[in-house]
Amino acid sequence: MMELDNLVWLIPVFPLIAFAVILLFTTRKRVLSHSIAIGSVVLSWLASMIVVVSAVLTPDFKSNPIHLEIPWFTTGDTPFVIGAQVDALGALGLFFVSWTVLMIFIYSTGYHNFGQPVGDKDQPGLPPQGAAYKEHGKTLLQPSVEPMYGRFFGIASLFAFAMFLLILADNLLTLYIGWEIMGLCSYLLIGFWYAKPSARDAAVKAFITTRLGDVFMLLGLAFLYARTGSLQYSVIFSHETLSSLTSQGTGIFGLNAAALAGLLLFIGVVGKSAQWPLHVWLPDAMEGPTPVSAMIHAATMVSAGVYLAIRIFPLISSGWETGAPLTTAMIVVSSIGAFTALFGSTIALTQRDVKRTLAYSTISQLGYMIAAVGIGAPLIAAFHLLTHAFFKALLFLDSGSVIHGMEHGQMHSGEHGDAQDMFRMGGLARKMPITFFTFFIGALALAGFPLLTAGFWSKDAILTSAYAVPGRIIFWVLVTAAFLTAFYSMRQITLVFLGKPRTDGAAHASESVKSMTIPLIFLAVFAVAIGWIGIPAAFPLIGGHVPDFLAEFLGISAEGEVHSNVPLLASVIVSLGGMLLGWLTYRSQKGTEKDAIAVIRPVYNFVQRGYDFDRLYNVLFVRPAKWVSEVFTAKWVDRVLIDGILHTVASGALALGSLFRKGVDVPVINGGADLTARGIQRSGAGIRHVQTGQVQQYMVMSIFVLVIAAALALVFIV
Amino acid sequence: MIPFAWYLLIAAALFCIGLFGVLTRRSAIGILLGLEFMLNAVNINFLAFWRAGTMQAMSGAVFSVIIFAVAAAEVAVGLAIIISVYRSRRTVVVAEISDLKE
Repeated sequence: MMELDNLVWLIPVFPLIAFAVILLFTTRKRVLSHSIAIGSVVLSWLASMIVVVSAVLTPDFKSNPIHLEIPWFTTGDTPFVIGAQVDALGALGLFFVSWTVLMIFIYSTGYHNFGQPVGDKDQPGLPPQGAAYKEHGKTLLQPSVEPMYGRFFGIASLFAFAMFLLILADNLLTLYIGWEIMGLCSYLLIGFWYAKPSARDAAVKAFITTRLGDVFMLLGLAFLYARTGSLQYSVIFSHETLSSLTSQGTGIFGLNAAALAGLLLFIGVVGKSAQWPLHVWLPDAMEGPTPVSAMIHAATMVSAGVYLAIRIFPLISSGWETGAPLTTAMIVVSSIGAFTALFGSTIALTQRDVKRTLAYSTISQLGYMIAAVGIGAPLIAAFHLLTHAFFKALLFLDSGSVIHGMEHGQMHSGEHGDAQDMFRMGGLARKMPITFFTFFIGALALAGFPLLTAGFWSKDAILTSAYAVPGRIIFWVLVTAAFLTAFYSMRQITLVFLGKPRTDGAAHASESVKSMTIPLIFLAVFAVAIGWIGIPAAFPLIGGHVPDFLAEFLGISAEGEVHSNVPLLASVIVSLGGMLLGWLTYRSQKGTEKDAIAVIRPVYNFVQRGYDFDRLYNVLFVRPAKWVSEVFTAKWVDRVLIDGILHTVASGALALGSLFRKGVDVPVINGGADLTARGIQRSGAGIRHVQTGQVQQYMVMSIFVLVIAAALALVFIV
Repeated sequence: MIPFAWYLLIAAALFCIGLFGVLTRRSAIGILLGLEFMLNAVNINFLAFWRAGTMQAMSGAVFSVIIFAVAAAEVAVGLAIIISVYRSRRTVVVAEISDLKE
C-alpha cells in the first residue's frame, strides 16, 4: 500500500506546482502554460485512476479506507500532521473530479482559441474581439486568442489543487482550506474578464454571497471543535462522539449539539452549492469563461457543497433512524433542497441565455441532492452528484461550443447580437453535429430519459427514497421539478438546435475545433454510462441481472428496500411527458422575441428575473449596507464622532500649547536666555576697551598689579 | 671699597631707566634699547651678589656670561625683525604695526 499512499498525496501536489510555475514564470508563453497545466492534471488524473481502481478492487474497501498522515513540520515536540484519506465517497469524488477537470482543461485550449492569431484590439481583461483578415478583398474577422491565456491555466490549476485537497481531506479543517481556496479561484475566474463591469460585479457578488455561508460554516467548525476537541472525520463521526453530541442540548431552537453543528456547516453548503436563499450568485457567475462555468459552477466546486453535506450527514441526522420521522435538522435540509429544486427549475424555464438556463438548472439539480441528503439518503445524493457532474459539465462545455459557433457565425456574417440568446439560434444541429449530438445526450441525462441515461438512474433513486418519506410532500415537489427539468431541457434543445436558423449568425455558425469536441465526446460517454453502475437490484425487469456496483462499493444495504413502481412510473412519465411538451411548444418557434410560455407577461418577467430576489436583496441588504457605510459610518461615526473627538483633542492641545507659550516659554525661558545673552553682550562691550593690543599698556598694567601685590604682601605677610 | 648696597642701587636705577624706556618709547628700537638696559641691570646684580658671596661658586658669573650671549642674539634677531618690518611698512612705531589686531 506504500506506493498507493504516495500517490494519494501527490494528486493535489501536481496542479499546485503547475499553478506556481505558470504564474511565476510562464504566463506569457501559451504553449508552455497549457502544457504544464494539462500535464499536471493528466498526472493527477493518472494517480487518481490508480487509486480509484485499486480501491474498487479492494474487497472490503468500505471498512479499510486509505488513510495516511504526512508530517509537515515540527514545532517543538509537536509534529504538525496533514492527514489524507480516500474512502468510498472520496474515491467517487476523485473519479468525477479528475475526469471532468482533465476534460475541461483540454477543452479550454480550444475555447480560448489556441493557435489563432492575436487580435488587433484585444487587451487583457476583455474577451478576445477577433482578428481581422482579408479575403476576396473584404475584411473579415476570425477568432483571436485569449490575451491572458497563461493566467487562465494558472488559476485553473490552483483550483484543481484545491478541489483535490478538499476531496482527499481527512478532517473538516483541511476541507475548509480547500473550500476557501476554491472560493478565491471562483472569484478570480468569474472576474477573469475584469474590464467588463458586469464580470467584476458578478465576481464580488459570488465572493460575498458564498462568504456569508462560510462564516456560519466556520462557526460550525469552531462549535464542533469546542465540543469534541477534534475535526477529524474518524473522531467526530465515531459512534461515541455522535451519541455524546446528540445527548448535549444547546438551547437554540431545541436542537442538540450535533444537529446545531450540522446546520451551521449546512449554511456553508447553502452558500457554496447555491441553494435558496443564497443562490443569487450562481447565475451571475456565468459572466466567467464557459470552461469556468463548467468546472467550478457545475461539476466540481458547487458539488463540493453537496460533498460536504454528505460528509456531515451523521451530524444532520443525529438521533434519527431509518424509517423514523425526519428530525428538525433533516426537515430544514430537505425542505431547502426540495424547494430549491422546484424554484431553480421554474426560473430555468424562462431564461433566454443558454448559460443562465444551465445555471438555474444546476441550482435545481443541487437542490435534488441536498433534498436527498435531507431525507436520509446521502449515498443516493452521492450517486446523483457523480452523474450530474458529468452531464452538467458536458452541457456547459456544449453551451460554450454553441456560443463559440455563434460568435464565429456572427463574425463571418457581420451580424451583431447576443451570441448566447437561445431565441437567436435555431437549426444548429446541422452546423454543429458533434456539439448537437453530445448536447442532446447531456440534455437527455438532465431530463432523466428512462433507462438509457445516467440522470435517470440517479434521479429515480432520489425519487424512490423521497417516496419512502412519510407525507410525501418532498416527493411531489421533486416530481414537479423533474417535469419542469425535462421541459426546459427539451426547450433548450429545440430552440438551439432544431428548426431553421433565426439569425444570420446562426446560419453561418460552424463546428468547434477538435480540442473542444473530443472532451465533449468523452463526457457524453460518461453521461450515459455512469448511471449503469447504480442500477438497483429491486428494479423491475433488468434489476438484479446487472450488478449494482455502486451500492456494493458505497455499502448501501439493499435489504428491505421495496422498489415501489409509483416513483418509477412518475419519473418515466414526467421525463417523457416534459420532453414531449417542450418539443411541441417550441418546435415552430418563429422570430427571436416571443416565448411561447409567456402567457401572462408580468408573471413571466417576474420569474425570468429570478422572482426578483436580486431586487429584494438589493433593498434588504445592499442598500442598507451602503447606507450604513456612507451615511452612518462615513458621515456620522467617522466625520462627526471620530473626527469630532480628534478635533476636540487637537484644539485642546493647541490651547494648552499657546498657554504654555505665553506663560512659560516666552517670559521665562526666552526672557532668561535673552537676559543672559544681553548681559554677556554688555559686559563684553564694557571690558573690550581693556584689550587694546598695545603691549606697553599691558606691561604698565602688569607692573601696576605687581606693585599692588608686592605692597599687599609687604603689609600682610611681613 | 665701594659698599655692596651701592651696586644694588645702581642696578635698580638702571633697571628702572630700562623699564621706563620699554614702557614709554614708541619706537621699537627704543624699546629694544630699554630691554638691554634691564638685562644689564640684572647682570650687575648677579655680579654684585657673586663678589659679595663665596667666590668659589661660579654660578653668578656664568649666568651673566649666558645673559650676554642671549642679549647679543636677541639684539641681532630683534634688529633684523625691526629692519624687515621697517622695509615693508616704512615705520618702526609699534602702535602702528597692528595688522593682527584688525
